[in-house]
Order: sequence, then C-alpha cells, then structure tokens
Amino acid sequence: MFRRLFRRVAGLVATLVAASFVIFAAVYAAPGDPAVFLAGGRDKLTPEKLAAVREQYHLDEPLVVQYGRWLWDCAHGDLGRSFKYTDQVADLVTSRLPTTLALVGYATLLFVVLGVGAGIVAAVRRGWADQAVVGGTTLAASVPNFVAAIGLVSLFGVRLGWFPVTGAGNGFAGTVHHLTLPALSMALGALAIISRVTRQSMLDAAASDHVEAARASGVPEREVIRRHVLRNALGPIITMCGLVTAGMLAGTVVIETAFGLSGVGSLLVNAINTHDFPVAQAVLLLMVTGYIVVTNLVDLVHPLLDPRVRAERSTA
Amino acid sequence: MTTPAATAQPSPAVRPLTLRTKRPAGVLIAAGFLVLVVLAAAVAPLIAPYAPDTIDLSASLAGTGGDHLLGTDASGQDLLSRVLHGARSSLVAPLLLLALAAVLGVTLGTLAAWRGGWVDTLVSRVTDVMYAFPGLLFVVLIIAVFGAGMTTSVLALALAYTPTIAKYTRSVALSERAKPYVDAYRVLGMGGARICARYLVPNLGRSVVGYLVVLFGEALMSLATLSYLGFGAQPPSSDWGLMVQEGQAAVVQGALLPALVPGTAIAAVVVAFNIVGVWVADRLGARR
Repeated sequence: MFRRLFRRVAGLVATLVAASFVIFAAVYAAPGDPAVFLAGGRDKLTPEKLAAVREQYHLDEPLVVQYGRWLWDCAHGDLGRSFKYTDQVADLVTSRLPTTLALVGYATLLFVVLGVGAGIVAAVRRGWADQAVVGGTTLAASVPNFVAAIGLVSLFGVRLGWFPVTGAGNGFAGTVHHLTLPALSMALGALAIISRVTRQSMLDAAASDHVEAARASGVPEREVIRRHVLRNALGPIITMCGLVTAGMLAGTVVIETAFGLSGVGSLLVNAINTHDFPVAQAVLLLMVTGYIVVTNLVDLVHPLLDPRVRAERSTA
Repeated sequence: MTTPAATAQPSPAVRPLTLRTKRPAGVLIAAGFLVLVVLAAAVAPLIAPYAPDTIDLSASLAGTGGDHLLGTDASGQDLLSRVLHGARSSLVAPLLLLALAAVLGVTLGTLAAWRGGWVDTLVSRVTDVMYAFPGLLFVVLIIAVFGAGMTTSVLALALAYTPTIAKYTRSVALSERAKPYVDAYRVLGMGGARICARYLVPNLGRSVVGYLVVLFGEALMSLATLSYLGFGAQPPSSDWGLMVQEGQAAVVQGALLPALVPGTAIAAVVVAFNIVGVWVADRLGARR
C-alpha cells in the first residue's frame, strides 16, 4: 500500500516538474529576447524595467538555475510580477481565485446532481426515458460551452430577466444568483459523460448476484436500487466526477470570458491579449497544478471509498 | 492504456460503407444538412445577398426579415452573408489541422508501435506531459508565446491533437503488426520502413480515418472557442467563433441575433457532424 502510494506521489511530482518546466521554458521559444518578451514587448520599455525583469527571472544565470529559482519562488507564493501593471501576480490571482472556485464548485454541484440523477433514471427506467437521457445529454455535449452560455443569457438573462447577465454578485445569495447561468453552461457539457458512466456502472452493478438475492428475499425495489445497486456503482461515478471537475479549471477560461466574471480564467485571457506573459505563466502553472493534483487525488481516494479496490490492489 | 493482448482481438463486425446499407433517419437528416452547409460554403460569394464586409451603419442591429434575412450586426453587416462566408474558414481550418495532426500522429504512432523501446517510451512521456494540461491550456500556452492568429491556432491545435492520434494509431498498429503478412514480407527480405509505408499504414487507414471523423466535431469546436477568445481568427474575418464574440456586446442591449446566428451555426454543424461521424466510424470499424 505505501509503496504504491510512494510511486504514485513520485509520478505526480515528476509530471508537475515536467509540466512546469514546459511553462517556464516557453519563454525561450518566443521570438526575440526573453527579457523583452516577459516585459510585455518593446513599447514603453525602459532600461530600468528591463533590468527588473532580468533580476526577477535571474536571466543571467543558466537555464536550470533560472527554472529552479522560479519554481522555488512560485512554491513560496511569489508568482512574479506583472510588468504591465507592476502588480504582484500573486495578489492578482488571490483576489480573483474565490470567484473561480465558487464557479467550479457550483458547476460541480449542478453536474453531479443533474448528471448522476439522469444516469440513475436512465438505468432504472429503461426504454424511452433511457433514450431521452442519452440523446439529450449527447446533444448538450455537442454544443460548445460559449454557445450554450450565449443561449442561456439570451433566454434567461435578456428575454426573461430571471438572472443577471454579467458580474459575480455579492454575498452568498447574490453569488448564487449571478453564478447560476455560468455554472449551468459549464455543467451542461459534462452531463453526457457523467450520466453515461452512472448508467453503465449501475447496469453492471445491477447484474450481480447479490442484487438478485436481495430482490428474491423481498427487499423493496427502492432499497435494492439505493443500497445494493447505487452503493456498488459509486466507484466509477466518483472517479469520473473528480476528473470532470479537474478539467473544469480550464473551462473557466471560456465561461468567465463569456459572462464577464473577473476570475482566474478571464485573467489568463486578458493577460494573453495584453501580452502580459508573467501573469499568463502563473495562471497556467496554477491551473495545471490544480488539475494534476485533483486527478491524482481522485485515484488515491478511490480505494478509501471502496474496500474491494483495496483488496484487489493489495493482491495485485 | 490498452494492452497488446486486448488490442489483438479482431475488430468487431466491420460493416461495408455502401449506399445500400440501411441508415437511420437521424443520420440521413444530419448528412443532408452537412452537404447543404458545404455546398453553401462553396458557393457563398454567389448566393450571399451582400458582401460579408459591407458596413451599413444605418441598418445597425436590424431584425429578421426586410432587407436582411437573418438581421445585421452592430456595424450593419448582413449576418446571413457573414455566416455563409464564415463557413469556409470554420470548416476548412479544422480539416487542415486534423490532416496535419494525422500525418504527425500516424507517423509517431506507427514508429512507437514498430520500434518499441526508447521511441515508444519517448512518445508516451511527451504525451503524458501534454496531457497534464487540461482542455485547451496547452494550445493557450503556445498562443501566449507566439501570439494570436489563425495560423498559430491551427498549428497549435494540430500539435495538441497529435498525441491522441499517435496513441490511437499505436494501439491499432500493434495488433496489425502481429498479423502474419508482416512476417511474410519480412521473410521476403523487405525492410521495416517499406513494410510500414506500403502495407501496414495503408491497412490502418480505414480505422484511423474513422477515428478522425469523430474528432472533427471537437476540432471545429476547439477552433471556434479559440476564435471566440480572440486567439484565433482576427477581424475582419467572418469566422463563426469570432462572430459570436463580436455579437456578444449586442446581447445585453437585447439584440440576440448577432451572437445567436453564428452560435447556432457552430452548434448545428457540430451536432450534425457528431451524428454522422459516429455512424461512419462504426462502419469503418474504428475502435472507440
């Protein structure tokens, strides 16, 4: 068990190091002088600014040392400086992180409730309900999320006026009110995969003998579904939900832009459109780290929830 | 990761792609719609009522009907004409990027399957690092470095799709390599490169094309997303993703058409392509 855990963590660290190196070294792939590139281009560039960039990024040292120092700084919360706005990148990110996390959390809640619910309905009531769920969610997954966003805003925001069109709102109720449409646009695309995994996993679990035995011994159908089928089907469902949530960190880039939310995702888009590479670099590092950590956590949590997996893995 | 043992099974009932096989109605409708879209894109300059860049500020944000069938955007450009013209870049660019990714991916995948050893390891390590970037973030990194634009977007997306195609090709190539004809050519004294180029890769063709067809809808979606974020097509292009972005400001003012018309075009084409794509992929015997 511990050896497995160790190997897993070692793999995680290796992936993180490789991915962060790619993000860091990307500066050198850019055409021209890396210092000029990091400072945001030639216009309004002063010698002092250039010197500040060189110092911040230790550009006079070998590449490996530069990378090591950058990573060390990032790990200690110093994400560098935006040379466009002369702000600390860490401050920019932390002020915007709550909106992004609230959005991802809300979207996760929506796709778990709706997706797992739809999957259960599809598995329990075969026939037309099954087809409607599979067809409907597949259709929803074929619509790009920014188009879904525009559609939802047009209908519920502008025509019906139920929800605000932009901004993140204040307080809990305000935030929920403002983030409903953005979260829904993100969740729609995930419904297909979640409901399909739920449906398949439930059908697999329902085919096992103990379910038959429970039914034969007179356990009410509702109980059979809840305690014997769903309980045993949870493993793959939870894993998939975790993976989808991790992927949503990247989805915020589009949705925050569509709804004019000032979160980390829209920060990345603005940074790129204004040639502010240090900010883009920091946000990318943050998102990739979050993604890698969450996807690995899901794998580690799985055996804790399901004793069968534990047994299987320790014998393997 | 598919193990060689699992991939060695014969592919499930490959049905011939002929006109006589029965097609479900949904597939027929979707295919008909796509043919219509492609034709419209091809003859866009002939059938579009206006030039896509005719600015007429007096007709700003006009509704449907009247002089403009689908209304106009904020600068009075005819939306129908723009969508028709935009279909060209919106359809050709994903095709281009998939073609590029297919060349790279099939080469790498075949190489990894044929040579094994360090080539295989290298390909899978590079793939692992690229997969560490969720969604479009790898592409976004490339755009952050090289600047926005349609060419950068197409190249970056091609690079992003390469590992997926390489992985798929590797798995089908592994089972193809185990077939007796490969050994037969070897016994005849043929070199590895020649067997791959003349026999092995052509035999993978069907399956890989089936896989690419399924990827097309996603590629179109990714490219439209990049254009929407301002990373892809640049004004005055009529690319659908860019049109949605430009039309968005008007939505708040209550004019929904400028964003909804191109948005619907993207969604409709992707939905239709996914319906047809899955059907075609099944006929071509692509693994999913």
